[in-house]
Amino acid sequence: MRVETVLTKASTKRSRERRSSLLGQSLRKLMHNKLAVAGFAVVVFMTLLCFIGPLFSPYTDNKINMAMMNKAPSLKHWLGTDALGRDIMTRVMQAGRISLTVGLASMLLSVFLGALLGAISGYYRGITDQIIMRIADLLMTVPNLPLLFIFGAMLSEWKVPTDYRMYLVMLMLSAVNWPGMARMVRGQMLSLREREFMQAAEVLGLRPRRKLLHHLLPNIVPLLIVMATLNIGGAILSESVLSFFGLGVMPPTPTWGNMIDAANNMIDFQNHPWLWIPPGVSIFATVIAINIFGDGLRDVLDPKQKR
Amino acid sequence: MSTYLSKRLLYMILILFAASLLIFALYANTPGDFITGNIKLTAERKAELREIYGLNKPMLERYGIWLKNALHGDFGYSLAQQKPVLQLFNDYIWNSFLLAAVSTFLTWLIAVIIGVISAYRQYSWFDTLVMIGIFAAMSLPSFFIGLFLIKMLAVDLKWLPPGGMITSGSNATGMAYIKEVLHHMALPVIVMTLLGLGSLTRYFRSGMIDVLRQDYIRTARAKGLSERKVLFRHALRNALLPAITLVGFELPSLFGGSIIIEQIFNWPGVGQLYMKSFGLRDYPLLMGFTMLLAILTVLGTLLSDMLYRVADPRVRL
Repeated sequence: MRVETVLTKASTKRSRERRSSLLGQSLRKLMHNKLAVAGFAVVVFMTLLCFIGPLFSPYTDNKINMAMMNKAPSLKHWLGTDALGRDIMTRVMQAGRISLTVGLASMLLSVFLGALLGAISGYYRGITDQIIMRIADLLMTVPNLPLLFIFGAMLSEWKVPTDYRMYLVMLMLSAVNWPGMARMVRGQMLSLREREFMQAAEVLGLRPRRKLLHHLLPNIVPLLIVMATLNIGGAILSESVLSFFGLGVMPPTPTWGNMIDAANNMIDFQNHPWLWIPPGVSIFATVIAINIFGDGLRDVLDPKQKR
Repeated sequence: MSTYLSKRLLYMILILFAASLLIFALYANTPGDFITGNIKLTAERKAELREIYGLNKPMLERYGIWLKNALHGDFGYSLAQQKPVLQLFNDYIWNSFLLAAVSTFLTWLIAVIIGVISAYRQYSWFDTLVMIGIFAAMSLPSFFIGLFLIKMLAVDLKWLPPGGMITSGSNATGMAYIKEVLHHMALPVIVMTLLGLGSLTRYFRSGMIDVLRQDYIRTARAKGLSERKVLFRHALRNALLPAITLVGFELPSLFGGSIIIEQIFNWPGVGQLYMKSFGLRDYPLLMGFTMLLAILTVLGTLLSDMLYRVADPRVRL
């Protein structure tokens, strides 16, 4: 008994060491990729700006200020003010909180769903696999944008309170995104389960749950990290499209997408570009940084996937 | 091969049936219909109209009627425009196709050129610049870049018209008409090309890099062939071939229009028709459009798989 515990302790210790050195190796490789490091820096900067920035702004109360309507950028208001006299810089930062949160949360949910369903599908095969993959096929056949528009319209007609809409938008985006993820994880599972180490696990008589969670899933973690990173950018873009068309997150909750909605007004579009250009540039800067960083991650974690 | 194909076709049809039921159920269960929005009508008149359009029947019965007609090639009448859905598609789809065809052609042409140069000079400053450009193109919010270019090139500089297909009120014909349309499509085509360039350039670049590392390229060089011959005769052909599998995936965007771009540029294509009908809850049209996209997607995937076999005969179907 004691020998056994000692042995398992030793083996977990050894495996932990090996794992951390693999992590260290990957990190070191990543640090060599200047572009990826720069991307990561921009992501961190945008996140800090959005979450901490408003704390330093004197305009966070969003008070209506009739004297300061539609003012162009100045030293007092770096990015100008909107039709209600609110500071655009502050609103861009507050909107960023929502947009980043929606992107991150919907990514987490779709990665969770995709990994879980894909893993189950690829591991158990048979009828379970059939059901899950047929649902995935179905969702991938129906075009995404109309599907999201329908969901958005339903939310509007049901008069969902604007505070809740944000969470439902996350759900919507994940519902559309998980099938692609599941398909990829399933493919990986199908090839992994035929490998020698899985035969060893079979011989050891491990329970299916243990095989799945401790032996198969850790092997697709690198792939998941890469897909997850690249997925955040896509989710932020989708949210902005929906909110721009008034079907995503609605004002007064600001997001980068619904701030650009100002451009739908001819006068604001032509004469007050500071209303809608800053949120658009923020989306672009954030998404490009995430994509560059994600690509760097892929080079390090999953070189086979490089295209 | 033929059993594979027939199995595949059967599955496609089943998936399309399931998709049509799903889409129909979603549209039918979205609160409000075409008549609710019309405030001029009295309650009795509304009930009467719902009776006429069959909107008061249970959802499944309506789906059955829709399906029966659809299988006979009749996708119903648009409620808002009182024209057959298919005729409306025919009126609008070619405008969409015009934009998509030109921008797809440009995208492929530019992507091949940049991709090849970039791969040939891998890790040069040009290549780094291209890589950044690729990421930029893949990260652009399509509606924002559209608005931004309209603001810059159309509103401020007045080089190009801000939207539409012809100048409103113009009745130009012949060459003048063609010139006008070309002038109007420049901006949307620029935006669509820009948006498509990212992933495609990347595809050609990495494909070319792979090919340039092959033994037969070294052999070609060792034979003393000119660099030009090695590049265009031996490398480029092999790098381009796998790309034919991408043709299938272009199918939905070629004929299905682009909802966002057409909306931003006020281009009279199917995408914009869809957006207009969406607000009105013009179900037959919405249903028809969504099914059109679904069918194109399924066909495109099939086409891709078939072409994959052509590109690589080792692949067994």
